[in-house]
Amino acid sequence: MAFWIASSPHNHNQAETSALMRLVIYALLPGILAQWYFFGWGNIIHITLAVATAMACEFIVLSLRSKKQIRKQLFDGSAILSAVLLGICIPAIAPWWISVIGAAFAIVIVKQLYGGLGHNPFNPAMAAYVMLLISFPIQMTSWLPPTALMNIGLDFSNTLMTIFTGFTAEGYSVEQLRTSIDGFTMATPLDTLKTDLGLGHTVYETTQNSIFTNSYDFSLGLAYGWEWINLTFLAGGLLLIAKRAIAWHTPISFLLSLFVCSFIAYSVSPDSSASTMFHWLTGGCMLGAFFILTDPVTGATSIKGRLIIGAIAGLLVYLIRTFGGYPDGVAFAVLLCNMAAPLVDQYTRPRTYGHGNTVAKPAPSSESVNKQTETKQ
Amino acid sequence: MMSDNQGISDSSPEIDADSVAQAEEKALAKQAFKAEFKELAIQGLWKNNPGLVQLLGLCPLLAVTATVTNALGLGLATLLVLVCSNATVSAIRQWVPKEVRIPIFVLIIAAFVTCVQLLMNAYTFGIYQSLGIFLPLIVTNCAIIGRAEAYASKNPIKQATFDGLMMGLGFALVLLVLGAIREILGQGTLFDGANLLLGDWASVLRIEVYQLDSQFLLAILPPGAFIVMGFLIALKNAIDNYVKQRQPKVNEQTIERVRVNFDS
Repeated sequence: MAFWIASSPHNHNQAETSALMRLVIYALLPGILAQWYFFGWGNIIHITLAVATAMACEFIVLSLRSKKQIRKQLFDGSAILSAVLLGICIPAIAPWWISVIGAAFAIVIVKQLYGGLGHNPFNPAMAAYVMLLISFPIQMTSWLPPTALMNIGLDFSNTLMTIFTGFTAEGYSVEQLRTSIDGFTMATPLDTLKTDLGLGHTVYETTQNSIFTNSYDFSLGLAYGWEWINLTFLAGGLLLIAKRAIAWHTPISFLLSLFVCSFIAYSVSPDSSASTMFHWLTGGCMLGAFFILTDPVTGATSIKGRLIIGAIAGLLVYLIRTFGGYPDGVAFAVLLCNMAAPLVDQYTRPRTYGHGNTVAKPAPSSESVNKQTETKQ
Repeated sequence: MMSDNQGISDSSPEIDADSVAQAEEKALAKQAFKAEFKELAIQGLWKNNPGLVQLLGLCPLLAVTATVTNALGLGLATLLVLVCSNATVSAIRQWVPKEVRIPIFVLIIAAFVTCVQLLMNAYTFGIYQSLGIFLPLIVTNCAIIGRAEAYASKNPIKQATFDGLMMGLGFALVLLVLGAIREILGQGTLFDGANLLLGDWASVLRIEVYQLDSQFLLAILPPGAFIVMGFLIALKNAIDNYVKQRQPKVNEQTIERVRVNFDS
């Protein structure tokens, strides 16, 4: 009588892709709620649009590629997650076609043309975001100020109308919605800081602007609205780490690297550089750290590689925010790190137990083995 | 060809059989000649297209195809240079030493490019300016020197010229399609600025396909060119595969080898 003998590992983790994706989407919910609280309905509408487009595109491409089990692949949640991440990043009152084009690009070109889930070299949501930012700079930078600071109230139907027609029911344009009582167009904190520093103001003078002050409910005095969104994404990310859905190495190394860079700049010249906490809690910092850099497909796989990729990303985000042409650099940093990930993986391949010695000599890769056989011949 | 036929009709009846045989031979040669030209056309326009299959001259192909007008301008310039250089290289092929052939080809191509550049500077100044550096860079277009080296330097003038024409047409067509797709996606127009190339009357050619409030910059920037080019190549391969599948399959005889391992 013969027993069926399975090879190791014997302790299987029964998790499926869809379960993991569902967990990540749940972890995103607090951040989306915070976005809804501070910036209105816009992002929820964009997320819905992006998800619908992404599902349609995924279905079309999968049927064109004549894949089997389309239903299973369609509902594994990966397309939904990409679309949700994209919808979170898009400005709240951008026109509807922004999220439609973005989601279609993310799924069709960035994901499926490279071979579908698990084969894409770039993070679909971030590649689509960068594509939109480069292609439609005006629409992609028309950020809404937090609802508490707005002159003109925007309810759900008005937001929907603005997204689809460009005007509210009362006839206000997107530009008017963004204008403060004083007649200035309000931008994001990062954008304002960059513009004002460029004009020769100090950071202290800049932070007297109403978007930085703590005279509203729930304000921490860093960047009104954005700080809470980032904190809730941080909470979601910590939940993912606690659930072992993502490894802690990338986000921690990313945040530390950004902290160190901004700390050095802040200690050298506090007048012209923002504080460390400001860098942590504005823009897409926490979203990028916990939900995008940790993408298992496009990120590094070894532990050392993850630490390196996180550190590079932190440095890049700081450099782009400080010296680059765009106010926030998380998406660009993520794409550059995606490009670097295979190379980093190549050089940080862990040593197999029993092979190689403890000195810096790399474990025998297939190439070196080939070379050895060649020299023997 | 015409003079040969007249010669046959004038010949006396004694050598009729001979002349019939000769005529048949000539008809065969003519057929072969025609077939050769047809093959050249197919190779240049589809099977061995410089843009889609050889992937030569990609730098101008991707850089200047933001509008149909630019694409047409560069396509015509390349076509003219390719035809002239192929003819010249083929005409002097007996006297060119093997060792220095590449510099000589480059000199010939550079001479024609200079002519084209001066002509465009004189007659189509607008397009000359918008093509910029890519007009003189036709000298380094690998598609041209590739044809000179691979075909024109080994074949008679007629075939070489026709090959240059077909390769140039194939290249220009790819440029046109790429330019049209990118212009429609990017600006929503077709033949925008055609008056720069074809004279003032051509401004009526401008077609507004759809109204865009803001340009789709990705299609106009170089990454858009790469993406659209990738789609074009994929489409060509898909068509080739479809045609291949439609053709009846030829059963190939499979040879199976039996190995007997005596050791085990």
